Amino acid sequence: MNDSFRSQNKPALLKVQNLTIELTTRLGTAPVIDDVSFELHEGETLCFVGESGCGKSMTALALMGLLPEKVSRIASGSIEFNGVDVTQASADFLNQLRGNELSMIFQEPMTSLNPVFTVGEQIAEVLRHHQGVDKSTGVKLATQLLDQVKIPEAHRRVHSFPHELSGGQRQRVMIAMALACQPKLLIADEPTTALDVTVQAQIFDLLDELQKEHNTAIMLITHDMGVVAEMAERMVVMYAGRKIEEGPVDEVLQQPAHPYTRGLIACVPHLQAFMHEERVPLLEVPGVVPSLNQFGGNQCLFADRCDQVNERCLNNRPENKYTNQRSVACWYPTAEGVFL
Amino acid sequence: MIQRVANAALLLIAVLVLNFTMMHLAPGDIADTISQSMGGADATVMQQIRAEYGLDQPFLFQLKTYITKVLHFDLGYSYFYNQPVTTLILEKLPATLLLVISAQLLALVLGILMGVYAARNRNGFFSFLVTLFALLGYSAPVFWTGILLLIAFSLKIQWFPVAGMVDVTISGGFFTRALDIAHHLFLPMITLASIFIALYSRLCRASVMEVLGTDYVRTAKAKGLPERSVVYKHALRNALAPVVTLAGLQFSAVVSGAVLVETVFSWPGLGSLALQSIIARDTPTILGILFFSALVVIVGNLLTDIVLRMLDPRIASKG
Repeated sequence: MNDSFRSQNKPALLKVQNLTIELTTRLGTAPVIDDVSFELHEGETLCFVGESGCGKSMTALALMGLLPEKVSRIASGSIEFNGVDVTQASADFLNQLRGNELSMIFQEPMTSLNPVFTVGEQIAEVLRHHQGVDKSTGVKLATQLLDQVKIPEAHRRVHSFPHELSGGQRQRVMIAMALACQPKLLIADEPTTALDVTVQAQIFDLLDELQKEHNTAIMLITHDMGVVAEMAERMVVMYAGRKIEEGPVDEVLQQPAHPYTRGLIACVPHLQAFMHEERVPLLEVPGVVPSLNQFGGNQCLFADRCDQVNERCLNNRPENKYTNQRSVACWYPTAEGVFL
Repeated sequence: MIQRVANAALLLIAVLVLNFTMMHLAPGDIADTISQSMGGADATVMQQIRAEYGLDQPFLFQLKTYITKVLHFDLGYSYFYNQPVTTLILEKLPATLLLVISAQLLALVLGILMGVYAARNRNGFFSFLVTLFALLGYSAPVFWTGILLLIAFSLKIQWFPVAGMVDVTISGGFFTRALDIAHHLFLPMITLASIFIALYSRLCRASVMEVLGTDYVRTAKAKGLPERSVVYKHALRNALAPVVTLAGLQFSAVVSGAVLVETVFSWPGLGSLALQSIIARDTPTILGILFFSALVVIVGNLLTDIVLRMLDPRIASKG
């Protein structure tokens, strides 16, 4: 087990230790989440970044206990939420937690709401289930929540069906639903990927505001480095199911230790472009994420795409090295003065 | 919705025209039957009979007369039964409606329950049984199922009556008679429902399985709702739409299946009447029955539309 490098007095709200999730496909079993540990404290925002297929969403689903049944399972490790290991918890206990202290916003607002119930009913349902409020109170609270997430004419919208709302409004409804019981932890899995850029900013502002109000911890999954810089205090970079770098956002963005993190940062045009008169050509991290059957191998999985690769990277898996605030899984980390 | 009703009325008139035309095209008419029952007649007598019934008139004139009469709720007079057709049919219609509606409801309820169960335990033994039963129910001809059930549960184990709808020896209040009818209804209802249980349970199973994989079901789980509520509230309501649609489309099949079942169980409904009047070439009665069957199917489809609208607000908003 890795030593925690957090030095806060309060115990972490969420403590994930050596989590390994196996996914069974026709080709065999592969660890889609491979020995991942991290912590999240009250009121803090932690960003998860990485390309598609790196296990960000899987981690989120595991926290919610919503991993796809039969094809995936938690092979080892623990997820402690508020001191209780949810991987060992009963279904009833999980149901008390979900939507109540622990809730999630999904990537697809267009399909995440049930088309046959009014949005008010879908919000009120959470309140009725977790707080035992009656029908009319439920509708009243749902209206207030819609108002809180800045949906105009909430008293009318509460009786609307999802198909009568725009994508941005539906995501607001999802947020209202997720925040209905004032959860301690909110997981947002690419909440704005399906939305317009202008709406994106509004949604993040809203999340930010609501977080400050209720001191909610947010685990934000994104692949937008701009969002990371704006929203989060700390970030975790995932690659091929492994945590390859972690640390405070400003430090990691300024001094990325892992070549993959550096690549990701270099991909973002505006972070550099606005400093130069001339436009620099767009960069990319060459290559693609390895296929599932290569996951779990005793090597650095980024080796194929790394420009500094050598013998050691191909034959030994780099363990996470920890310093006071940061960690990296690379044999040759680059952040000068931090890991050397 | 008003437009739907108007369409249905137009469709009904189209059915009338088509039925009448087809009957007209078929060889032979009531004159043949009457002359047969008289022990034969020569050409002049035949001509007289035809003139008497208006059969010598031009086709379009006959059609016009018929449609006008139907629109005044007059389906004509049965030469064979010596009764107005409307009276004749209304007397038999309740029995058929009882059989058709109870079988359809039973098929829907059982089909949906079995479908949901099979979808939730998709690799279980019961799921396999549902599939097997569905295959059997669907492939067995309905009269064969009926006869087998009769042999098993009326002859060998005498649980149910062999034929008819009421036991004339039983007297008593409404409840006693209702119970008696239910007792008679059981086997025909099961027989007729068996095909449709099969259809609905298969479709429901597939539909529920699909819906269980949707994002909004994941949302419902993420809300912490218990599985029961996720399946029966969030998933089933969405999964029902295709099942209800199929049930609406199958309504005509249930009605025509009823004809066979009624014959097997001597159920005193429209089916037996249809069979007898066809043999007797009793054209007005046949046309009347066809008209009522069409009416039942059209009303069934309208009901389907209404149910679908209640299930899914998106359909209602499209108008």
